[in-house]
Amino acid sequence: MSEPTKLQKLEKIDRRWVFLVMLVAVSIPLFVSVDLPLKVTPAAQSFYDSIEALQPGDIVYYAADYDPGSKPELDPMLMATLDHLCRKDVKIVSACLWPAAPPLLEAGLNTVAVEKYGKEYGVDFVHLGFKEGKENVMVQLGKSFRDVFPQDYYGTKVEDIPLLAQKKANGEWMVDKFDDVKMIVNISAGYPGTKEWVQQVRSRYNIPIISGCTAVSAPEYYTYLRSDQLSGLLGGLSGAAEYEDLVNLPGFGIQGMAAQSLGHVAIILMILVGNILYFINSRK
Amino acid sequence: MLKREVPLLITILVGWFMVIEYFFPGAEKWSSELQNWAIIMTALASVLGVANVARINMLKISRKQKDWGYSVVLMAGMILMVVLGTLFPMIKSIFGIESSWTLAGMELSGVTSGTWFTQFYDSMFVPMQGTMFALLAFYIASAAFRSFRIRSVDATLLAVAAIIVMIGRVPIGDVMWSGMSGLSDWIMNVPNLAAKRAILIGAALGAISTGLKVIMGIERNFLGGD
Amino acid sequence: MPKTLHNRLRAFWLRALALALGGSLWLPVLAWAQEDSQPFFLVERHNILVILVVFGALFLFCISQASKGKRYFIRKIAGLEAVEEAVGRSTEMGKAVLYVPGIDDVNNIQTIYSMIILSHVAKMVARYETPLIVPICRPFVVPLAEETVKQSYLDAGSPDAYNVNDIRYLSEEQFAFTAGVDGIMLREKPAANLYLGSFFAESLILAETGFQTGAIQIAGTANVHQLPFFVVACDYTLMGEEFFAASAYLSDEPKLIGTLKGTDYMKVVLIAVLLVGIALETMGYSGLTNWMEQR
Repeated sequence: MSEPTKLQKLEKIDRRWVFLVMLVAVSIPLFVSVDLPLKVTPAAQSFYDSIEALQPGDIVYYAADYDPGSKPELDPMLMATLDHLCRKDVKIVSACLWPAAPPLLEAGLNTVAVEKYGKEYGVDFVHLGFKEGKENVMVQLGKSFRDVFPQDYYGTKVEDIPLLAQKKANGEWMVDKFDDVKMIVNISAGYPGTKEWVQQVRSRYNIPIISGCTAVSAPEYYTYLRSDQLSGLLGGLSGAAEYEDLVNLPGFGIQGMAAQSLGHVAIILMILVGNILYFINSRK
Repeated sequence: MLKREVPLLITILVGWFMVIEYFFPGAEKWSSELQNWAIIMTALASVLGVANVARINMLKISRKQKDWGYSVVLMAGMILMVVLGTLFPMIKSIFGIESSWTLAGMELSGVTSGTWFTQFYDSMFVPMQGTMFALLAFYIASAAFRSFRIRSVDATLLAVAAIIVMIGRVPIGDVMWSGMSGLSDWIMNVPNLAAKRAILIGAALGAISTGLKVIMGIERNFLGGD
Repeated sequence: MPKTLHNRLRAFWLRALALALGGSLWLPVLAWAQEDSQPFFLVERHNILVILVVFGALFLFCISQASKGKRYFIRKIAGLEAVEEAVGRSTEMGKAVLYVPGIDDVNNIQTIYSMIILSHVAKMVARYETPLIVPICRPFVVPLAEETVKQSYLDAGSPDAYNVNDIRYLSEEQFAFTAGVDGIMLREKPAANLYLGSFFAESLILAETGFQTGAIQIAGTANVHQLPFFVVACDYTLMGEEFFAASAYLSDEPKLIGTLKGTDYMKVVLIAVLLVGIALETMGYSGLTNWMEQR
């Protein structure tokens, strides 16, 4: 058997060279400023419109279902949505179905609600923490928040939290289930996440849901967007960037677009190079 | 017999009850109760996981099997986080201790901001998880370079569509040609969605059929054997 | 009792009757539990009930046909054919088979299904006396996997070969679990990697690492968004419903194949409804669409 030629060897190049090309591509924006114009997709626009339609004093249920693995992609969405909600004076009841999510949500609420907007914990927003049980928790939340979360993230009983302690004239709790909130805002990295919120909660409790999710799961959720089971969708870092643009809050999403653009270009170039080598080598 | 038949009976009864519950609101109270049980059982299952991790890794350490050092790191990390996040707050709560336990100016007990737990979370857990997810970008590049070969008409169509979508999803696409994001959206919303829905409907039917098989007692392999 | 056609039929109808009675027994209980302010039956959800009944009827019909001895055709699924080849290769090389049942909990039907396939794989592995490693991401799956593998080894006649330490709970954290599985692949170098279950962003990281170790790789998932990653990096991929066909395919049990046929007929019904719906919508009638809408 003859020795492989240089081009044949190049086609089967050690993948660490490919990694290096990728590293260089995504690192360029760290050293050189790359400004790219953003175009807002209808999915991001409908996400923005859904929050924009809320009135001051309305309440949303904020489900932060992700972990540090997806932080770079989803944190910009968390920050921008919390900012938009606070700006609209909307009250937030938040909780997590991912065990590693509460500190991420806490950091976001502290930075945006407390430090930037001076909102008061327990009055304007509440962090209920994490609860194991996945879809079961989702379904149960539709019946009673306090049954699922008798205490908040800091161990305070919900009866002692002003936002959740008010009662209606008929003696029922004012904020205790999905019927009492206007919308669910879900930041989702996988399971349990947007798919489960739509399947378990959307039709059962007839409540609108908007979702910010990782790019990898966005194509699947487009199906729900088209069938109006989702009222808005931000897919990955590009979705976050579009939303940051809409709320006029340039952040990590917009900054990351240059790196992502160059990363995509690098992958395309590698596909082209791989095919050129394949074409030449197969002709030999 | 009991080992197989009792779980099967529970599966059938509870399975049918949850189906019926969707249509008959009278069942709601009990279904809530069942869901609460499920939540408690899921939480308790964590103990099973910890027991499994401890058994396997302690065995590895005690027998000094290959790579036992990793097991030491794993066990130390696990115990440390359980002590900081669960054991200390539990002790404080049981004995009604209000004062803070600090080390180097940071609270030792609890999981909220300003604690050692959060410090470890922010400085170790977050970057390590981020690194694992970031690997995806590199793996996508190497997988694309290796496997995206234009060998047939189908493969050509796939490659062209992939390139348009990749370039159209980021701002640089519209810089190259103003219609790129529109074309990319069309590919995502029309041919992609059509194929996805077909696969999704098939998968959903498969899932429903598996559910029916389980609650009808036809499929029992998941209970261990036939 | 001999398994004559008559007895089989009787057993089938008895089961159907028991199910119908079991279901209807709930109704008086539910009527009693219902509060005055609630309706007894949510009429607006009748559309879902109709679909469920049609599906159930097709299902029962096909199972009864299969029980009567009718053999349904099932096409070759390359990925499932390759499972035995993968186990054989591991045996020849004296290396382990790695079986990853996804990262979802037992309440996801894909995880349940993965356990069903695991029981078939464990039987094969036990017959060949090949080591099996099952990393687990959710604690609840641990006892299920242990029981499944243990029973399969018992059924295959090799109970002593079962090693409880081969069912390894790694972490509930997605990427910590991924790192753990990658570590197993790189250190223990299994010759066959089977990824069957519900996967998310970790799919490509697992499959690429497996590719690097030179293992034969078979993946199967109903998580549509992960299919492209498995397709590029694995030797065989079971897509969507192919994954759910595995148990019937591997066991070759007529009743289970009957259920597959029932699902196929339901698909035909859905395609017909889709075509009628498209025609009606095109003509400006939205009655069917409105009826189908979930409430």
